[in-house]
Amino acid sequence: MDESQQEFAIRVRDLVVGFGRQTVLDHLSLDVRRGEILGLVGASGGGKSVLMRTVIGLIPRRSGTIEVMGQPIGGTPDRGTLGAAMTWGILFQQGALFSSLTVRQNVQFPLRENLLLSQELMDEIAIAKLEMVGLRAQEADKYPAELSGGMTKRVALARALALDPPILFLDEPTSGLDPIAAGDFDALIGTLQKTLGLTVFMVTHDLASLTTVCDRVAALADGRIVAIGPMRELLQSEHPWVRAYFHGKRSQMLQHEMR
Amino acid sequence: MNSEPLLLATPTGDALKLRPEGPWTAANVATLETLSRSVGAEVDRSRIVTLDMSGVSALDTLGAWELEKLSRRAASSGRSAEFVGVSDHFSGLMEEVRQVNRHTPARAAATNPVLLRLNDLGKATIGAREDITIFLQMLGALFMAVIGVLRRPRSLRLTSLVYQLYRIGWQAIPIIVLITFLIGAIIAQQGFFHFRRFGAESYTVDMVGILVLRELGVLIVAIMVAGRSGSAYTAELGSMKMREEIDALSTMGLDPVDVLILPRVAALVIALPILAFIGSIAALYGGGLVAQFYGDMGPAIYIARLHEAISVTHFEVGILKAPFMALVIGIVACSEGLRVKGSAESLGRQTTTSVVKSIFLVIVLDGLFAIFFASIGM
Repeated sequence: MDESQQEFAIRVRDLVVGFGRQTVLDHLSLDVRRGEILGLVGASGGGKSVLMRTVIGLIPRRSGTIEVMGQPIGGTPDRGTLGAAMTWGILFQQGALFSSLTVRQNVQFPLRENLLLSQELMDEIAIAKLEMVGLRAQEADKYPAELSGGMTKRVALARALALDPPILFLDEPTSGLDPIAAGDFDALIGTLQKTLGLTVFMVTHDLASLTTVCDRVAALADGRIVAIGPMRELLQSEHPWVRAYFHGKRSQMLQHEMR
Repeated sequence: MNSEPLLLATPTGDALKLRPEGPWTAANVATLETLSRSVGAEVDRSRIVTLDMSGVSALDTLGAWELEKLSRRAASSGRSAEFVGVSDHFSGLMEEVRQVNRHTPARAAATNPVLLRLNDLGKATIGAREDITIFLQMLGALFMAVIGVLRRPRSLRLTSLVYQLYRIGWQAIPIIVLITFLIGAIIAQQGFFHFRRFGAESYTVDMVGILVLRELGVLIVAIMVAGRSGSAYTAELGSMKMREEIDALSTMGLDPVDVLILPRVAALVIALPILAFIGSIAALYGGGLVAQFYGDMGPAIYIARLHEAISVTHFEVGILKAPFMALVIGIVACSEGLRVKGSAESLGRQTTTSVVKSIFLVIVLDGLFAIFFASIGM
């Protein structure tokens, strides 16, 4: 398979996901290009996280196909899907660090489980990853309970990047961070994306992240992608929900100040 | 993509040219480590080391780090190392890797194992003192809460109390009945089996009656309740502590002891004597069934023997202990719950501690009561 011809990192076609009688995603289609940062916006409870969790195989789907790096992803969480874990790193909203392991062990966990490394090399790689996400080596022996919110996100990012995955999924990476920390985190994701050549799929509500780091933004409403494109285009969109999202009072104020 | 990574070394005088080729990625890590190690001696010998990166087809952090380590090794002690031919899409990564692992933190000094043990022992001793303090503090807080309720009876959380009674009392009845029934039956069976040799079968009834009413009924029930409800209290209060619900209560001007702990402990104090009574009856019933089917002793004789053997004193001795045991279980469970810290692991540890500690204290308390009742002649 010729990698240069694979233009898309993630292809989602006609995806239907629901719980009980409720349909959350209704024939949704979405393409994520290789090497781009795609921001996904949508109402709270509108299915953004559901879409992300379905793509990574945590939620079973009713119909539709999902391809990640050209490989089809199974419909239910099984070993095949889990095997794809080498191709992606996931940053969960609350970090999801293993609370019984230190920061260093958390970052080493995917390395330990997937590769045969010497302990020395594993320590070096773990520290390297931590320093890449802007933490100091002194932090490596702390437990997750001792970390601040921003540090937890950074450690979770380091763990997500441990295996150098080509795709990175971020679930509200800047939520709960102060604007400075959020800005730093955006810059960090931008830098890492460039240096490591990552494809980033980011669920976010942070308008600043959308404008500064995202190459394209997709808007999810009524279970479908109603608009997708660079931020400029989305601001022009005529869809009522997208208009309400980007031209509401809050958004207007923010955008005005950013100009 | 399937080709193996290579590392070509061309020494010229005291200069060394290293040319890594192929995919330098995590998937080939074993090969990479061997490769880097194999050129180690040559790198140490050479004054100038050049790393020609033009042959690398794929690179990730791990591969970049291996190369960076080689270059750092070469560049140590005044010698020089440089990368040439780094392609554009690897340069960012190489640049990033150059910055990391510059400051190795000092390893914690190895400590004497004997000192470590002594340290643990000292900590445990101080911890035991702290446990007693916390227990007494909780007892005091509960006492104050009870006084508050007596002064203003309307401040009692009746809904919560009834709900806790339902949970730890009513819902516990089936399992308590089953277990005490079996215990009663087992004791009776053992009694008949061994007393038969002396022809003293009829004394089995004395043994079952006295043992169950004075000691075992209440003890088994208390241990069951500690495991079933005490652990639930600790886990509930612990997760509320973790999610800052208890802090939220305090900031609203409510005392967590009034709102959460008093109804729970009070429910235990009310429910445990009732459960102990039901349990004792079930045990006596179990003993009776064994007497009929194993000991050839009809129900009428069993009840008559029971009537002669036991007095209301035996029952009082047993049932008087129950509220105190309930108090101990409740205080230990609630204070352990409040000691939970941020992590899920701490919740598990505190729940275990709560159960172990309350069962231990229940048994100690039972022993103290035995001495007390003996000395007052009950």
